[in-house]
Amino acid sequence: MAPVEAATKQHANWSPYDNNGGTVVAIAGGNYCVVAADTRMSTGYSILTRDYSKICQLADKSIMASSGFQADVKALQKHLAAKHLIYQHQHNKQMSCPAMAQLLSNTLYYKRFFPYYAFNVLGGLDSEGKGCVFTYDAVGSYERVGYSAQGSGATLITPVLDNQLKTPSPLLLPAKDAITPLSETEAVDMVKDVFASAAERDIYTGDRVEIVVVNSEGIRREYVELRKD
Amino acid sequence: MAKAAVDVPPKGGFSFDLCRRNEMLVKKGAELPKFRKTGTTIVGLVFKDGVILGADTRATEGPIVCDKNCEKIHYMAPNIYCCGAGTAADTEAVTDMVSSQLALHRYATGRESRVITALTLLKSHLFSYQGHVSAALVLGGVDVTGPHLHTIYPHGSTDTLPFATMGSGSLAAMAMFESRYKEGMTREEGIKLVCDAICSGIFNDLGSGSNVDVCVITKDGKDYLRNHQLPNPRTYVSTRGYSFTKGQTEVLSTKITPMKEKVEIIEGDAMEE
Repeated sequence: MAPVEAATKQHANWSPYDNNGGTVVAIAGGNYCVVAADTRMSTGYSILTRDYSKICQLADKSIMASSGFQADVKALQKHLAAKHLIYQHQHNKQMSCPAMAQLLSNTLYYKRFFPYYAFNVLGGLDSEGKGCVFTYDAVGSYERVGYSAQGSGATLITPVLDNQLKTPSPLLLPAKDAITPLSETEAVDMVKDVFASAAERDIYTGDRVEIVVVNSEGIRREYVELRKD
Repeated sequence: MAKAAVDVPPKGGFSFDLCRRNEMLVKKGAELPKFRKTGTTIVGLVFKDGVILGADTRATEGPIVCDKNCEKIHYMAPNIYCCGAGTAADTEAVTDMVSSQLALHRYATGRESRVITALTLLKSHLFSYQGHVSAALVLGGVDVTGPHLHTIYPHGSTDTLPFATMGSGSLAAMAMFESRYKEGMTREEGIKLVCDAICSGIFNDLGSGSNVDVCVITKDGKDYLRNHQLPNPRTYVSTRGYSFTKGQTEVLSTKITPMKEKVEIIEGDAMEE
């Protein structure tokens, strides 16, 4: 009896999950979408790397940014890439952003009782060319919104975005577009500023912010330095 | 005997009134409040003419930075300073208490305080609380017997060292000291090494950050270099600025109560009765 108890006790404190921190933000505009994430990866009080991209291009016009547990994020990205490859072979086209959004939700919910520890935002352009942002929890609940922040700095950034880019209530009828009134440059400027602010107060956000802008011309990437402490 | 302990009011120290209640609340699943910690890098070294202390300036509450520019090098006596890591309230309270005891001791004896006196007072206090007063300290100063540097752990054990580091960034800072410290350094060399050790903590330990504070103590006096380095300025400021439109919070009702203009003065002896 005693050795069995000892054996079970050994495993009691082990967890399959870690939190590697980081913040991700996405903003949808009339004809563009901005997806941004910091590039710090950390565990506990240590920085693992200052240059890790949390942003993944899943299709031509679908960009996913994820924070949480890096190993789960990587597994999720691989799974979606494989699914998208099969989709391309079967349909001979790229998946649309809203379709990718549903696929991501299904993938997350499939692991409802051993979830991917990943907090995602999916940004891109829908089939009409409008900006779209989808925000998720770890088990696949999702919603189309005008903007979203996830990860360790989300509690600091979300109220600022709420104040500046307030979206119409989803309960209003007739339904209104959840799209921000800002221009593309204004949105990018705001993303840089909120990340600089989050890096001031959140110890898991910093080093650099990677900004991906999707519009009708294609995809553009920018980097801005953040605090390194 | 036991009854006397109940009847006699406590003379000093902490109040443990709510311990049993809190124990019960925790069992029922209540969460106790978090407290402000200085997840810190603090260092000290002995150089040719005395002692140099250094500290970062970040204070955290979990993953959030609650003070970007706090002071972690505390005054003990004119010739003794002390860096504190751990719970901010504990490091502040314990250094204040001991510094007041040292001041009284100076009045009584008419002599300069000694570092070993501060060390003994600190360690006996910490030991009597068995590590519950979570203060990890680097104590440095110059007295009649020369320069001294000590580390004090929360349980009351102490070390006497030529160079010392403490806090969550202690390993990062110690790496700099172990590779570059040598005996008989000059003031400039010492300050440079202390700054580099603190910066190593600031950049590699998430519990440490913001600016570098330095305090140089020699037999001729102290030189407190607050914010000696500022290696983390804000990286981006929006050129656009922000407007906060009215109506984000709806006003439900308004009522204006004018302030009373008259002040009545009642004549008579207030001390009567």
